[in-house]
Amino acid sequence: MLTAADTTALVITLQLAAVTTVVLLLVGTPLAWWLARSHSPVKPVIDAIVALPLVLPPTVLGFYLLLALGPEGAIGGLMESIGAKPLAFTFTGLVIGSVIYSLPFVVQPLQDAFAGIGRRPLEAAATLRAGPLDRFFSIALPLARPGYLTAAVLGFAHTLGEFGVVLMIGGNIPGSTQVLSIAIYDHVESLQYGQAHAVSAVLLVLSFVLLLTVYVLNRRFRVIRL
Amino acid sequence: MRRIVLQLLLYSIAATLSGPLYATELRVAVAANFAETLTEIAARFEADTGQPVTIIRGSTGKLYAQIINGAPFDIFLAADSRRPELLENEGYAITGSRFTYAAGRLVLWSPDPDLVDVDGKVLASNDFRFLAIANPRLAPYGEAARQTLEKLGVWESLRGRIVQGENIGQAYQFVASGNASLGLIARSQPLSSSLAPAGSFWEVPASMHEPIMQQGVLLEDTQHARAFLDFMRAQPAVIVAHGYDLPGQNTHNAYSR
Repeated sequence: MLTAADTTALVITLQLAAVTTVVLLLVGTPLAWWLARSHSPVKPVIDAIVALPLVLPPTVLGFYLLLALGPEGAIGGLMESIGAKPLAFTFTGLVIGSVIYSLPFVVQPLQDAFAGIGRRPLEAAATLRAGPLDRFFSIALPLARPGYLTAAVLGFAHTLGEFGVVLMIGGNIPGSTQVLSIAIYDHVESLQYGQAHAVSAVLLVLSFVLLLTVYVLNRRFRVIRL
Repeated sequence: MRRIVLQLLLYSIAATLSGPLYATELRVAVAANFAETLTEIAARFEADTGQPVTIIRGSTGKLYAQIINGAPFDIFLAADSRRPELLENEGYAITGSRFTYAAGRLVLWSPDPDLVDVDGKVLASNDFRFLAIANPRLAPYGEAARQTLEKLGVWESLRGRIVQGENIGQAYQFVASGNASLGLIARSQPLSSSLAPAGSFWEVPASMHEPIMQQGVLLEDTQHARAFLDFMRAQPAVIVAHGYDLPGQNTHNAYSR
């Protein structure tokens, strides 16, 4: 079964996916809300930027992140000037990379969910003197619940499978930045197919169960909505 | 007019289809660290013989997997001796063709001109945050780096500060981009890079690790392939100029300071 090193990598992977998902839900909510309701001329530009990680090879993201996090780069330079430690090869660095990498998987379902609510429930609440925050938390958020479930699970599952970005900025440090996909790659490259099988099977089952959860629960939500 | 276009089209299709059958293309698969050196040797070979050489670069492990799955290469120049030996034993390489074409050497490099001292004592200090090496499980240069650090007695204490590239190229790039302060890289890399080697170096003595024997094998027994290997053996100066040792000889002049 899994070796101690593989188990550590599994824990790191789950932690990374969990932290990334929480950050993405927090950042993604206002962004998706704005995208769902805005008629601003810059909206298509933001839409396109949010969708970019869907089509870009992760190595492109990783490459730019590596340059940006380095001492000459925008983020790395900033960190250095405020006296903070650089972010490459750290768990925090991986979280930043994963947030960008999984952004569309969280923002797009939320955006669709918010758009699906339409204006009428919110306008009705407004006539009952509900303030904007009240309207958001009592009307929009509960109605967008299936969207949140899809967003959370897709964001989590997509981060589980992250490889290219981590390969570029992770540095493969056990217990800190060595995630499961990298561990599998190492096993395959060093011809240890038995271990590669064990770890791959864990990831396969985990991903399947997560996706199954989304589809089963979403079906139930839809039935309730009808 | 239309007929001419059609004829041209058919002709080009026919040319494309028949191309690989008649061309005497020579394909050399090479471990990424030796690719620059090989490019120079191949250019000389082409100028000498008119025989074009196609270079396929990759990691030794990936190229090995491609070869056992039928990749059409004539020659394989690996970064280690293990994979060529496996290929020979498994019958994918021509028996008796295996030879050591270069011995790899390590240097400790930092772009910072003051960080690395001539004896590499910096490795035992806290003057840096990350040291980049190649993955010891995957790359022969990584294994040599691990042996060196173990011999220096710092392997355990550096745990958590060692970042691993999947190959020596990535380890080099971690240092070149400034994300790691220093790295144990191949001596050939700064010499082959388009960037002039700047900063500080410690040339790791060959006695610090098992020799990094880079071996090659013949995969297809053709006249062109044999001619290329003979040509390569007759070019030791190019190999040494790129920072490699020749098997059985140590050189120390690559980074005279």
